[in-house]
Amino acid sequence: MTERDNVMGAPDERGHFGDFGGRFVPEALMPACLELEEAFRDAWSDADFVAEYHTVLRQFAGRPTPVTPLPRLSKRLGLELFAKREDLAHTGSHKINNVIGQTLLTKRMGKPRVIAETGAGQHGVATATAAARLGLACTVFMGEVDTKRQELNVFRMELLGATVVPVTSGSKTLKDAVNEAMREWVTCVADTHYCLGSVMGPHPFPWMVREFQSIIGIEAAAQLSELGVGTPDAVVACVGGGSNAAGVFAGFAQSDARLIGVEAAGGAAVRSGSPGVLHGMRSLLLQDEFGQIEEAHSISAGLDYPGIGPEHAHLAATQRAEYYAIGDDDVLSALTLLSETEGIIPALETAHAVAWIAQEAGGLLPLGSSVLLNLSGRGDKDVAQVRAILRGEA
Amino acid sequence: MKSLEVTLRHVRDDGRKALVPYFVAGATPDWTRHVEAAVLGGADAIEIGVPFSDPMMDGVVIQEGALRSLERGTTLESICQELESLETEIPLLAMTYYNIFLHYGLSRAAGRLRDSGISGAIVPDLSLEESDEWRAACDESDVATVFLVAPSTPTSRLRDVAQRTQGFLYASARMAVTGGASDAGEGPRVVASLREVTDVPVYVGIGISTPAQAASAASFSDGVIVGSALVKIILDGATPSDVESFVRSFRGAID
Ligand SMILES: Cc1ncc(COP(=O)(O)O)c(C=O)c1O
Repeated sequence: MTERDNVMGAPDERGHFGDFGGRFVPEALMPACLELEEAFRDAWSDADFVAEYHTVLRQFAGRPTPVTPLPRLSKRLGLELFAKREDLAHTGSHKINNVIGQTLLTKRMGKPRVIAETGAGQHGVATATAAARLGLACTVFMGEVDTKRQELNVFRMELLGATVVPVTSGSKTLKDAVNEAMREWVTCVADTHYCLGSVMGPHPFPWMVREFQSIIGIEAAAQLSELGVGTPDAVVACVGGGSNAAGVFAGFAQSDARLIGVEAAGGAAVRSGSPGVLHGMRSLLLQDEFGQIEEAHSISAGLDYPGIGPEHAHLAATQRAEYYAIGDDDVLSALTLLSETEGIIPALETAHAVAWIAQEAGGLLPLGSSVLLNLSGRGDKDVAQVRAILRGEA
Repeated sequence: MKSLEVTLRHVRDDGRKALVPYFVAGATPDWTRHVEAAVLGGADAIEIGVPFSDPMMDGVVIQEGALRSLERGTTLESICQELESLETEIPLLAMTYYNIFLHYGLSRAAGRLRDSGISGAIVPDLSLEESDEWRAACDESDVATVFLVAPSTPTSRLRDVAQRTQGFLYASARMAVTGGASDAGEGPRVVASLREVTDVPVYVGIGISTPAQAASAASFSDGVIVGSALVKIILDGATPSDVESFVRSFRGAID
């Protein structure tokens, strides 16, 4: 096997991707992590489980999502652009792929309940949706600040039968929601699965979530071939924890395509972070000189996370993938650019990837390059916030 | 054997149940006087909590303590400096999350602990599987590494953890983060299964908030750890003499 064949393979038996990953959890949670790993290995090699996962994705979540050429934006930027349309998946983002996998696994483990953390609310809504569909009880932890920023998503989760718990500890945002979900999980591991929302946390989560999201890249690679494009020059995705990026990268890891992750400048763990341990994993984190975790700041709640999944830290260290950061100011113009040229309003998170492409056309992306944008989510959830900002009210 | 192991074996051989109060270092300006008061009140060892921004294993009381301490600018270094002037014969253990030591540098951190009189460390988010580097660093500096077990820990793992722990085994009595509770939890069962696989001293913690609970836990274990209940009175303004009588009431109950 060449080194390239190993890129984005399984982590080692203790969940390490190079120097990153692993399992840094209280002993109380160790058995649950071990049980989950075994259940996932077993399910993922069981043709019946995999078939059921694909059936639910097709019948319920609307997969496969299309790859859409972006001709007007391509012309404007001098690139050949395509979008993988995760915005068209049920609940409006890629998050549904992961939660369908994890909730099916929850059923298989015989657990009647899931808990989840959420930032913007997308993962919370997706989890509540899958839980409703499968008849699981669902509790979602959400930072109090975010429950106010994303009030409608709180209501959506409640409509779907979930209980939303506002988290008032720490910075009252995503990282605190993860802490609180972990604390809750300690008290109820016997009958509850923690449905983590990104490629982060203790082993097996980073690997398992990437596997459940890899459908994005696998579909996209086949669709680009059908379109006669073959391997694109670059694959670009926004990165919070990194699940949509890991999912799309997985389809191109062994190809010659450049893999490019775009973080929010206020939450850029690769550019501004350093190695550390948080939320069960060793990865790159925003932290001060004493190892206290710093708060991320971004216009998009979904990228407001001070870390990054361990596999991304490894892909960055080995230079298989490149990571860049985009500031809040460039995000709104990218959102309007894609809306006006292609008739697609992207999520603010996704708009970071659009902004980087627009900025680097003719720069880091040579003119004429073929580029696959992972359009991770639709912007409906953000329109009130965007309106307020554009009108100078926020 | 490390110093902490020797000392705590002696406590048990003397037929004494160990009492281990927990403090959030730096939560109040006079926290070292609280520690001294606990020694006078009859503590056998002290846990020094080093505050971390994201205390995943802690409930609201210790979270609040950590927050106050961090707001006062507490660091591992400042704690170690303050401890250098503390006169006490009983062992001190540092309790914190792994990132604090990792960031300081593992060998350097273990050396710094030893130089400030700390002979043991408890790192609740450091699993046995990830602990090789930290244990090696602690071996260089005679710092004992204490591990935890939980009610969910299967017997096969209990054996592994018991083999690695030094000084004592920290048995959590319940599936919960730190904080008050109203019953004995699963302490008796956890300790009974530990007795079958190890003879290291077993101390029970998590949710022991009254002298009566401590007495009950001490009846089936070798010692008790009292955290949130003590941190709570300190956050509410306890004086050193309040702390001394608080600890003394637990001492009286377990003797
Ligand atoms: C549309 C969208 N894209 C991206 C993200 C960031 O998450 P990840 O990096 O795991 O894909 C989110 C998170 O809420 C999101 O809603």
